[in-house]
Amino acid sequence: MEYFLTEQQKMIKSIARRLAEERIMPVRAELDEKEQFPWELIKDIANADLFRVFIPEQYEGLGEGSFALVLAVEELARACAGVSLTYAADALGAFPILLYASEAQKQKYLPAIASGVRLTAFGLTESSAGSDAGNIKTTAKREGDEYVLNGTKQFITNGGEAEIYTVIALTDPKKGTRGASAFIVEKDTPGFTFGKKEKKLGIRCSATRELVFHNCRVPKENLLGKEGLGFIVTMKTLDSSRPGVGALALGLAQGALEAAVAYSRTRVQFGHPVSAIQAVQHMLANMAMELEAARALVYATAKTIDSGAKSFTEEGAMAKVFATDMAMKVTTDAVQVFGGVGYMRDYPVEKMMRDAKINQIYEGTNQVLRNVIALELLRRKGLRE
Amino acid sequence: MNIVVCIKQVPGTTEIKIDPKTNTLVREGVKSVINPFDTYALEEGVRLKERYGGKVTVITMGPPQAEEALRETISLGADEAILLSDRAFAGSDTWATSYVLSKAVAKISNYDIIICGRQTLDGDTGQVGPELSEMLKIPFVSYVSKIEEIIEEIKDKHIKMQRMIEEGHEEIETTLPAIITVVKEINVPRLPALRGSMKAKTAKIPVWNAAEIGVDPDKAGIPGSPTRVVKIFYPKRTHKSEIFRGTVEEQIEKLVERLEKII
Repeated sequence: MEYFLTEQQKMIKSIARRLAEERIMPVRAELDEKEQFPWELIKDIANADLFRVFIPEQYEGLGEGSFALVLAVEELARACAGVSLTYAADALGAFPILLYASEAQKQKYLPAIASGVRLTAFGLTESSAGSDAGNIKTTAKREGDEYVLNGTKQFITNGGEAEIYTVIALTDPKKGTRGASAFIVEKDTPGFTFGKKEKKLGIRCSATRELVFHNCRVPKENLLGKEGLGFIVTMKTLDSSRPGVGALALGLAQGALEAAVAYSRTRVQFGHPVSAIQAVQHMLANMAMELEAARALVYATAKTIDSGAKSFTEEGAMAKVFATDMAMKVTTDAVQVFGGVGYMRDYPVEKMMRDAKINQIYEGTNQVLRNVIALELLRRKGLRE
Repeated sequence: MNIVVCIKQVPGTTEIKIDPKTNTLVREGVKSVINPFDTYALEEGVRLKERYGGKVTVITMGPPQAEEALRETISLGADEAILLSDRAFAGSDTWATSYVLSKAVAKISNYDIIICGRQTLDGDTGQVGPELSEMLKIPFVSYVSKIEEIIEEIKDKHIKMQRMIEEGHEEIETTLPAIITVVKEINVPRLPALRGSMKAKTAKIPVWNAAEIGVDPDKAGIPGSPTRVVKIFYPKRTHKSEIFRGTVEEQIEKLVERLEKII
């Protein structure tokens, strides 16, 4: 399929692909096995300037926007979803700053994010607030020129490794979601520590950890936007990041499809390669078809965002749900094409299948996002512009 | 530190096809890449620049399409890249190539070190580095596996390095300017970065012809090449195998018997 990439976009894709093939593929199984955070690879990604693509030029980025980010995430995920997620979660942590920070805050944080020297993370989820994000309990009480944070965030990607955190906390618990605010909290701020490090089914090299705030004082300058904007910051951030999750799913599925096609051509049963069996061919055909459909949707969503569209909640949700459901199916079918050996850790597809599952859960479960899509659909009475 | 790195563009494959009529490599349909050994030379040059300051200039002798390889070197940290291209250079063997390179280096004139890969993937001779040093009359060290330091004294600069030999390595020191060839153990070359690639896209790649560098046409190209390729051919494949049967002792006996016949 021809997606009419610009010269710059082609360059981003090819640089990310080369990095993925030469640096990530040789170590992905070991990183998964050891649950080891991929710092070396993060340095490679930083040296390749890939952290710059989604940061505007005036903050030492390349200003290439959402589509370029999608292309990079996809290529990295084709090799390893855990590494790609570390990169994508950095963009997630940067979005609140990109969207709502003051000029001074942008000057302070974005160049370091662009260079990849400082990783970021986004802290929303709590034990009582998953899909029901409005039920967060972490508070931020204003005291003089500071806010005092108390509470625990759960399942935070890049937790413990990132240096810049955007944290959502209640400044006015009585007002519910309208009483939430967003703060930039730097690692090593007194009162900010890290709790349980999760052991996961997939994306095992990615860090998932608790953020613990105990009388953690942050200067009032670290408030993003205004008090009470926390949930708007959250929603806009997630709208912006969802095509990235879709892209991660594309890369995963692409990697699985390539592995399945290659294996089917070499595995001989009944005297011929299994790729000659129509049942296998139809599985591969479905995988390719669904992947390409998802790719078209994710790319179109990213281009919609880059065109300056005001609202893309529905498109973002659709891209995320469709692509991640597709990736779960395609990676599972890839294991099926491999047969018995596909279930073993000697081949990469079982990892891909494990890595795929989380994409249907995080950044809005695919169920809650269907609610979002339906809400928008009903609002526009099912009509299309 | 002014660093000159010599590179060559080679077919990016190990499955070389030979045209049986012309005895030359079939280059059609084969993507060209920077000779892998030269990527270590370039990386070491860029690292020297990062350590001691200065400038990395890459040169290659080749057809106009070699410009692509030179652009890539800029994305990998080279400051300047010069293409040596002229019909008079066509068909040069290693001797004529070294002559052309030496003339280009003489034009650059202000250099401290010249770095080459140990050999090329296609020619495999490993001759250009040593020949170039002969022509430039400067010290030469081959198979360098580590550059330890560059020592600047009042009168001159020295380089301390390790050179790979079969039994281990040698510690070598020489004055600069010098020419070295490097082995792959010396570093892990960086991957291209976006900003460098964008810079490379628009970088000016000067082309120097024979006249500009004062090359005598009789000493370059086919007239300047003493090497004659008489024939290039694939080794004949022979499928002969013999399976020894019997007890292990019997098999060993038969094997030794056969080996003795060969010797």
